[in-house]
Amino acid sequence: MKPTTKLCLLSLVSAPVTVWAQANPDIQSRLAAVEAAAKSAQSAGDNAWMLTCAALVLMMTGPGLALFYGGLVRRKNVLSTMMHSFILMALVTVLWAIVSYSLAFGGDAPFIGDFRFALLNNVGSAPNTDYAPTIPQQTFMVYQLMFAIITPALISGAFAERMKFSAMLLFMVLWALLVYSPQAHMVWGKGGLLSASLGGKFPCFDFAGGTVVHITSGVSALVCALYMGKRIGYPSDTMKPHNLVISVIGACLLWVGWFGFNAGSALNASGLASSAFVATHFGAAAAALGWMLGEWIHNGKPSMLGGISGCVAGLVAITPASGFVQPFPALLIGFVAGIVCFLMVAVIKQKFGYDDALDAFGVHGIGGTVGALLTGVFATNLVNDGFKDSAGRVLPLGLVDGHPAQILNQAIGCAIAWGLAIVGTLIILKICDALIGVRVSKEQEIQGLDVGLHGEEGYILEA
Amino acid sequence: MKKIEAIIQPFKLDEVKEALKSIGIDGMTISEVRGHGRQKGHKEVYRGQEYNVDLLPKVKLEMVVSSTRADEVIKTLAGAARTGKIGDGKIFVYDVAEAIRIRNDDRGESAL
Repeated sequence: MKPTTKLCLLSLVSAPVTVWAQANPDIQSRLAAVEAAAKSAQSAGDNAWMLTCAALVLMMTGPGLALFYGGLVRRKNVLSTMMHSFILMALVTVLWAIVSYSLAFGGDAPFIGDFRFALLNNVGSAPNTDYAPTIPQQTFMVYQLMFAIITPALISGAFAERMKFSAMLLFMVLWALLVYSPQAHMVWGKGGLLSASLGGKFPCFDFAGGTVVHITSGVSALVCALYMGKRIGYPSDTMKPHNLVISVIGACLLWVGWFGFNAGSALNASGLASSAFVATHFGAAAAALGWMLGEWIHNGKPSMLGGISGCVAGLVAITPASGFVQPFPALLIGFVAGIVCFLMVAVIKQKFGYDDALDAFGVHGIGGTVGALLTGVFATNLVNDGFKDSAGRVLPLGLVDGHPAQILNQAIGCAIAWGLAIVGTLIILKICDALIGVRVSKEQEIQGLDVGLHGEEGYILEA
Repeated sequence: MKKIEAIIQPFKLDEVKEALKSIGIDGMTISEVRGHGRQKGHKEVYRGQEYNVDLLPKVKLEMVVSSTRADEVIKTLAGAARTGKIGDGKIFVYDVAEAIRIRNDDRGESAL
């Protein structure tokens, strides 16, 4: 049917209905009831999806990241490493309820939120229409909380096997307040400096956290690795991953959980969520192949550790792009990230000699930056038509839409995230070092942190 | 009495056990050990970090048999454990002064 014919038919049908409805108050109230029912049905669908996504993202930290990182360290440090991820599920939650949700999503200032949602004041079943108009604000709040949990947990890969638990707790509290909340507000908050959809000065596309989650955590990880110094015996002593089997399980849980992370960032159960889901999966797949290929050529053998490292690098890189790019660019972004992160971790890091124990920088810092920049290239309004000018026309997004200036916006977003992470983390480490001391004693480090700090062992084979 | 101690390739353990059983040797103690003689190790690479692994997994078998059977046991064991390649392992033979069965204080060959 031609659009014009359709229009004529519609007006033929709707005009008398409107007149008739106005004449019958009973019909009008029934129409209102139907509208309310439709709205409530959409809300039910969106809410069901978003609660599922929140649970999926929590699963990424525990057990996902805990297993992934836990398997990569030496046997004597498995529990202390898993504890880093696990305890943040508790610590960041409390902090989020008290103040950090409000600092990320309250108000409309350019750099950081305010205290309007402190102690979860006014955060209830009514939606926050600035962010997610179809779901309760509580759902939005708890979904965003899961991001705030995994982000600092990613950093722990850099200081694994040598940081004091007490200093780690203080570090994480300060980091959540001084780095995560401002960065999240700048990119996703109303009026944030880098906000693409809510009036930012430099609109940076970051669908699910390339800058907010991965650049901040990855760059902070590098600062931690440089500040804390190498583990005793690195790199001459053998520091092989003690259990790659649990790392594989962890990485696969990350892959699955990432659907909640990226597709959920649509904040509803729309076609955009499907598009982000597909892009996420394709990015991970291509990156696993990319890393494996690089390794195969460079070392002569493809490894399981290479495969899982690649898939995580791809998931990182596709995170900012997931709600903006089509499937084939997603494959390309993943593949590039797989190769680049492999070179960073296996070749360039070896030349510099810093001890980023579990490669949080090489994978998250570099993968996040690659993904954020490539988002400026491949973002297209064929996927995301939510950006419109004042006349309601859909705007071009990235280079492929004929908007090369977006790459500059992406670079500004990356630069601010890098800067905030470097400065913030350095100050926080200085504070922790002065108050507590960041590094365990030599004896504890040699004995292992499980016994030294926690008084327990991961594997008791004679029991 | 002789104590026969053999260090063999782990994947040969079942064959060796079967061969010894077929000549009536049932009792033995085995342990998982690591070591190397002339066999070179291998290279492992974890995210670009290379390690040379030269202590390789081996299985050590220990058994005590009567002196008259020692040669037969050694021959059977070596035959079953041999692949002809470097890394097949070694057999050491010791004299044993005494053997005691803890359950009932049997001594000498009757304790074996």
